[in-house]
Amino acid sequence: MQLWHGNRDLAGVDAVILPGGFSYGDYLRCGAIARFAPVMSELVPAARAGLPVLGICNGFQILCEAGLLPGALTRNAGLRFVSRPVRITIESNRTAWTSQYRPGQQITVVLKSGEGAYAAGQAELAELTAAGRVIASYQGESPNGSLAGIAGIASQDGNVVGLMPHPEHAIDALTGPGEDGLGFFGSVLHAAAAR
Amino acid sequence: MTVPAAGQPGTAPAGTAPAGTAPAGTAPAGTASAGTASAGTGPAGQDTVERAAATPGRPQPYAELGLTGAEYDRIRELLGRRPTDAELAIYSVMWSEHCSYKSSRLHLRQLSEKAPPSPALLAGIGQNAGVVDIGQGYAVTFKIESHNHPSYVEPFQGAATGVGGIVRDILAMGARPVAVMDALRFGPADAADTRRVLPGVVSGISFYGNCLGLPNVGGELAFDPCYAGNPLVNALCVGVMRHEDLKLARASGPGSRVVLLGSRTGPDGIGGASVLASAAFGGAGEGAKRPSVQVGDPFMEKLLVECCLELYAAGLITGIQDLGAAGIACATSELAAGGGTGMRVRLDAVPLRDASLSPAEILMSESQERMMAVAEPADVARVLEICARWEVPATVIGEVTGTGQLQISWHGEAVADIPPASAADQGPRYDRPASRPPGQDALQADDPARLPRPAGGAGLRADLLAVLASPSAADKSWVTEQYDSYVRGNTALAAPHDAGLIRVDEQSGLGVALAVDGNGRFCQLDPYTGTQLALAEAHRNVAACGARPLAVTNCLNFGSPEDPGVMWQFTEAVRGLADGCQVLGIPVTGGNVSFYNQTGSAAIQPTPVVGVLGVHDDVRRRVTAAFTAAGETIVLLGLTAAEFGGSLWAQLRHGHLGGRPPAVDLAAERSLAAVLTGAAAAGLVSAAHDLSDGGLAVALAESCLAGGTGCAVTLPGEEFDMLFSESAGRAVVSVRAGRERELAALCEASGVPATVIGHTGGDSLEVAGSFIIPLAELAAAHQATLPALFG
Repeated sequence: MQLWHGNRDLAGVDAVILPGGFSYGDYLRCGAIARFAPVMSELVPAARAGLPVLGICNGFQILCEAGLLPGALTRNAGLRFVSRPVRITIESNRTAWTSQYRPGQQITVVLKSGEGAYAAGQAELAELTAAGRVIASYQGESPNGSLAGIAGIASQDGNVVGLMPHPEHAIDALTGPGEDGLGFFGSVLHAAAAR
Repeated sequence: MTVPAAGQPGTAPAGTAPAGTAPAGTAPAGTASAGTASAGTGPAGQDTVERAAATPGRPQPYAELGLTGAEYDRIRELLGRRPTDAELAIYSVMWSEHCSYKSSRLHLRQLSEKAPPSPALLAGIGQNAGVVDIGQGYAVTFKIESHNHPSYVEPFQGAATGVGGIVRDILAMGARPVAVMDALRFGPADAADTRRVLPGVVSGISFYGNCLGLPNVGGELAFDPCYAGNPLVNALCVGVMRHEDLKLARASGPGSRVVLLGSRTGPDGIGGASVLASAAFGGAGEGAKRPSVQVGDPFMEKLLVECCLELYAAGLITGIQDLGAAGIACATSELAAGGGTGMRVRLDAVPLRDASLSPAEILMSESQERMMAVAEPADVARVLEICARWEVPATVIGEVTGTGQLQISWHGEAVADIPPASAADQGPRYDRPASRPPGQDALQADDPARLPRPAGGAGLRADLLAVLASPSAADKSWVTEQYDSYVRGNTALAAPHDAGLIRVDEQSGLGVALAVDGNGRFCQLDPYTGTQLALAEAHRNVAACGARPLAVTNCLNFGSPEDPGVMWQFTEAVRGLADGCQVLGIPVTGGNVSFYNQTGSAAIQPTPVVGVLGVHDDVRRRVTAAFTAAGETIVLLGLTAAEFGGSLWAQLRHGHLGGRPPAVDLAAERSLAAVLTGAAAAGLVSAAHDLSDGGLAVALAESCLAGGTGCAVTLPGEEFDMLFSESAGRAVVSVRAGRERELAALCEASGVPATVIGHTGGDSLEVAGSFIIPLAELAAAHQATLPALFG
C-alpha cells in the first residue's frame, strides 16, 4: 500500500520502503526536504523501535538526512548521472532486508543516481565496518566514488537499511538484469512475519 | 501546440495575404510610438480595445515581433481596427512559423490525404498528438517535437524543457506518459562548441527525464559539420490510456471555468516561438535571443502529471491544453477555437513570478509546467482540492462563453477581443517558391564508385574498426548511461537495441515499440528517397524486436523556408513520407516542423526524423540485437548492392558526400517486417538487428558486442560491398538451433531473400579468408570514442 507523505500515519504497516525518485526535485540536498515530510514524524520513532525500513536511492538519502543512518550521499565522482547494472557483494545477511542472501554473495542490481557516493567520517566508517553494518559494496572500482565502495548500510539493529542501487529493478529478466534483487523483498516478508 | 488539420477550411489562399502598408492615419497628439510589445503602459495605462479603436494610426512594432507588413495588415483587416498590444502579441506568436505552420501546411496536407485507411487511428493530425488503438482497450499516443534553437542557445535548459514540452503534449491527450526518446545531432564530435552543446543537452535531458520518472528508451546520436551552428534536439514521448480516457483540446459549455494549473508565469521564453524558433540565427543579434529560453522544473511537471491524471480519473475535466510555445495566447485561442466557443479571461488573475509583466508578456510567456483545464462550475471546488493535494497551484482565470470571441481583460479593462480561430486556425498560408538547388545534379553525379577501396583483409579490417569507432557509430553508453531507462519497471528493451519496448499490460504482455531514425546525408542527396529511408529504417527497427508497425510521427528539421532550395528539399521530403506511409500501410498521426535551422546562408542538411510505433503482442517474446548463444546460424535477410552514396564509410574514409542514396523498396520493407515479426512470434530467432549506418560490418560488430558472443561469417559476394554497403531492406538474424527450416520457409513465403552467412560463437568477429578481430579489440574501438571526446 502507499503511504502519503503529508499524513502523519503509518496505517499499521509491517514494514516501509522509502523508494527512489527525486523528492522535491533534489533541488536542495537530496532528501533534505523530504525528511521533514509529516509521515517522517511517525516513521522515525517506529524505525527506532524496530520497524523494518528500506531506503532505496533517494530513500537512502532521506534516511541519512533523517539521522536514521550515519553518513551522507554526495555527488558522483564523475559528476554525471550513472544508470547501469552493477555487481554488488552482500556483506551482511544479518538485517531484516538481506537475510535471504549468503554473506559474500554477488548479485546484479541497477544503480541509477547522480548523488550516490557514500561519505562518512573516519570514526563512523570504522564503527560501521567493525559492527558489520556495511551490508553491500560495489565490486571492483566504485562506479560513483563511494567511500570504501559502500553500496548499502544498516542500522545497529539491522531493521533499517539504506541501499543506493535499486533491487526492485532486478526482479524479472524482462525488465532488468535478472532476479537478484528479489532477496531483499523475500527477506523482509520473513522479518515482518517474525516480529 | 497542435499541428494543422489537413485541408483546414477558412484559410486565405496562399500568397494572397493583403499587401501594402498600414492604413495611413495620423496618430493623435500625445500618443507615443510603441517601441516594444509591452510599451503603452505607464501613466496612460494599458493599451485597450477602446484605445486601439481610437488611435488607428499608432505605429506598432510588428516587425520586431516577427510579423511581416502584409501579416500586420491582415490582422487589422480581421479586427477592423489596429490590434492592441496584447492582441498583437497573440497574433505574433500564433502566426509564427513555429505555431502556424504557415510555410508547411500546404504540403503537410498530403500526410492526411494520402494516409492509408487505419482502423487503429482514434485521433490524428490536428490534435496535440495522434492516438492509436493497440487493442485490449488500450490506446497509445506519441509524438516527436524539436527544441533545436533553444538547445543551441542554452543546451541544458533548452533540452530539458524540450522533454517537458513533449510530455505535456502527451498528457493533454488524457494519457499517462510512459517513456521518452531523443534524436540528437551535433556538429563535428571534436569541435570545441560540440563539447559545450552535447554535454549540456545530455545532462539537460538526464536532469529532466530522470526526475520526472520517465524511462528514456533510445533514440539517435549523430554528428555532422552541417549541425555545428544548428544542433538538432528532437524529443519523443509516448503515453498510454484506456480508450475512454481520450481528451481533446476543446472548450465547451458556456459557463465552464478555465483553470490555469502549474507554475507561476514568469518572463522566461517570451517570444520563443516567434523570435527564436521562427528565424535563422544571425550573427551579432544572437545575444538578444538568450532570454528566450525557458527554465525547467521537472518536479513541478511530475506533480502536474499526477495531478492531471487524478483530475481525469475523477471525471472533472471537459477540455485540456498544455501550455508550450506561445503560452496562454496559444492555450486560450486553441481551446476556444477547438470548441467553437468564446472565452473570457482575466489576465490579472494569472499568478506571476514577476509582477512587472505586461499583459502582452503574460500572454506570450513560455514559462514551463503549466496546463489549462476547462471544468464545469460545480466541479471547480473539487478540481482545486485535488490540485492542492498535489501542491499544484491552480487558479480560475476565466470562463467559456457563447460570444464566439476571446475576450481578455486586465484589471477590468479589455485588452483583447478577437475571434479565437483567427489566431489559432486562420494564420497566413504561404506557397513558398521551391526549386531544385542548382548544385543538386552535380552532387548526384559525384558517384562514390570512384572512391579508392581498402585493399585486402588488412584494409577491410582497419576500415571496420575505423567505422565502428567513428562518433556516429560508436558505443553511445556515455550518453545513455546518464538516462534512467528502468524507471516504471516496464522497459523490455532500451538502447542499444533496435527499438525501445515498453510493456503496457503485465498480464497479457501487450507492449509498444518505438524507433526514431533520420539520415541528413541521404536526404541531402535525395530528400524524397532519404525520407523514405528514414521511414524504412524506423519501420525495420520496430519489426526487429518483434513488433508490428502501426503509426508514424515525424519531426521535419530544415533550413529557411524562404530559400527555394530548402523549400524544395522540404516538399520532396513530405512527399516521400506521405507516399512511403501509403505503401507501408501506416498513417502519420502527428508531428512537428522545425524550419530556420540555419546560420546565415548555411542550412543544415534536410533532416526529417521519423518515429515509428509498433504494437508487440507479447513483450516476453521480444528479440534483442544481441548474439547470446553460440552455434546458431546467422542469416542475412534482404539483398545487398554496391550502394555507398551518403554512406558512413564514404564520409569517414573519404570525407565524401555524393551520388545517390541507397534505393528504397517499401514493399520489400513490408515483407521483411512481416518476416521479423513472424519469426519473433514463433520464437525462431534469438537475435535480430537492422542493417543501416556502416552496413553489415557495423551490425555484426554491434550484435557480437551486445551479447558478448562472437561470430564467423563467409561473405556471399564482393567482400567490401557486403561489409560496408548501406543497402536498405536488410537485417541479420541469429536462428535458434533446429528452427532454420521454419525460418527459411517463412522467408520464402514472404518473398524475402535469406542467405546463410555463418554462425555465432567464439570470442572474435571472423570474416572467413579475410580477417579476424577479437571482441576485446572491437569493444575497445567501439567504446573508447565518446569517453575520449567528452570525458
